[in-house]
Amino acid sequence: MKYLPPLAATLFALFLWQAMVVLTGWPKFILPGPAIVADAWWENRWIIARNTWITAVEVLIGFALGVALGVVTAVSLASSRAARVLVQPLLVFTQALPVFALAPVLTLWLGFDLWSKVAMAMLIIYFPVTSSFFDGLMRTPPGYLDLARTMQAGRWSMLWHIRIPSALPSLASGMRLAAVYAPIGAVIGEWVGGSSGGLGNLMLLANGRAKTDLMFAAMLTLGVFSVVLHMVVYRVTARMAGEAR
Amino acid sequence: MTPAPDLTISGRASIEGAQLFAPLTLSLAAGQWTCLLGGSGVGKTTVLRLIAGLATGADFNGVISAGDGLPVAERVAYMAQDDLLLPWATVAQNVSLGARLRREKVDIDRRTRMIERMGLQGHMTKKPAELSGGQRQRVALARTLMEDKPIILLDEPFSALDARTRADMQDLAAEALQGRTVLLVTHDPAEAARLGQSIVVMTQNGLTACKPPSAPAPRKVDDLETLETQGALLRLLREEAA
Repeated sequence: MKYLPPLAATLFALFLWQAMVVLTGWPKFILPGPAIVADAWWENRWIIARNTWITAVEVLIGFALGVALGVVTAVSLASSRAARVLVQPLLVFTQALPVFALAPVLTLWLGFDLWSKVAMAMLIIYFPVTSSFFDGLMRTPPGYLDLARTMQAGRWSMLWHIRIPSALPSLASGMRLAAVYAPIGAVIGEWVGGSSGGLGNLMLLANGRAKTDLMFAAMLTLGVFSVVLHMVVYRVTARMAGEAR
Repeated sequence: MTPAPDLTISGRASIEGAQLFAPLTLSLAAGQWTCLLGGSGVGKTTVLRLIAGLATGADFNGVISAGDGLPVAERVAYMAQDDLLLPWATVAQNVSLGARLRREKVDIDRRTRMIERMGLQGHMTKKPAELSGGQRQRVALARTLMEDKPIILLDEPFSALDARTRADMQDLAAEALQGRTVLLVTHDPAEAARLGQSIVVMTQNGLTACKPPSAPAPRKVDDLETLETQGALLRLLREEAA
């Protein structure tokens, strides 16, 4: 019963897709139908699997590093006025730079393999994680802080026992957002920065050879991977978010 | 714990130049319950927060001192209308919050005694969300007792409870906090009449001391003199506001 709505939605999407193919009558190298894409997926399953693995490793490392860096930044900003004055405007400024433009530079600095893509995934999630956790840290219910003050709590113990735990739901929403963005970051890296593989690279190659069906197959695989990652992160952060069980 | 001291706050407060309260002097007798009764916005919570050493947003010009000459703010325990239980911590962890915040070792036996005294045995490992409003306020009271401070500041801690639970909590608190210097800030004449060993009404015009009923606190809810005092206090509040 629980799986009925997503199943129905998937079938409906496939129906729309097929209807569009039939109605427009576009050739399959412009818009391949679901059956053709499924066929291409199966034919290339090992290539897709290998490239999914490459992308997955980049995404997971980037996710872990981005979250870690975001947490450290948010806590430093929240605990130091000087850090807020110096770093906060900088943070916003870096977000205004298009990551696409950074990708070639990162490749130049970090090489063509894993680390330039990890860096892209990390960069793209760093800001949402930092800013949501920081917001949470700055919005501790004032009553808790009053109580802690009358209990003679020091700055650090107030941060550790009151402000951080009460900001965990905000961190959870930042991480959930990050789970959706991190794969995009990695794929941009693979796309722009020349590459030793990955789904983004596979899409680029397939596109170049007019293998639109393979390109679709890789793209859908990436989509499914992102949805699964988001689901996993959602479950893992449920306790942090204070959702029952 | 040092013996409960008497306490005096005297001075005036303003917010950005606008007067919050005129020069006043409030004395709290050692080891007694003083009820500060007043309507909203007269500054009674500000008085309490000043004693607690908390931010008030007001400029206070005056002195707060204890009869024994020792510092005040570090000898207070504070209870607010909101129970302020940390939702992520268990009942037991909430009760011993103070020790954890000060990085002291938690006296587990004492904590268990406090929780049992509040009738909360069996709830130790529950989260606040699993408790009723009355139970939550009892956890807050256990936390206050656990602090073992001579000065207790209560900022309308019972006003969000239903009538029956409120009366129960008043009895429980009066018994548990006996012998400490207690300031109870309230807008409820009935509460002041039941609990006050001295009762002070605060209005824009300043403080008016009122005679508490002669029965020892906590007084019965249907004690005639208490009901009479309650009426007199309400009348005073209305007259002063007019």
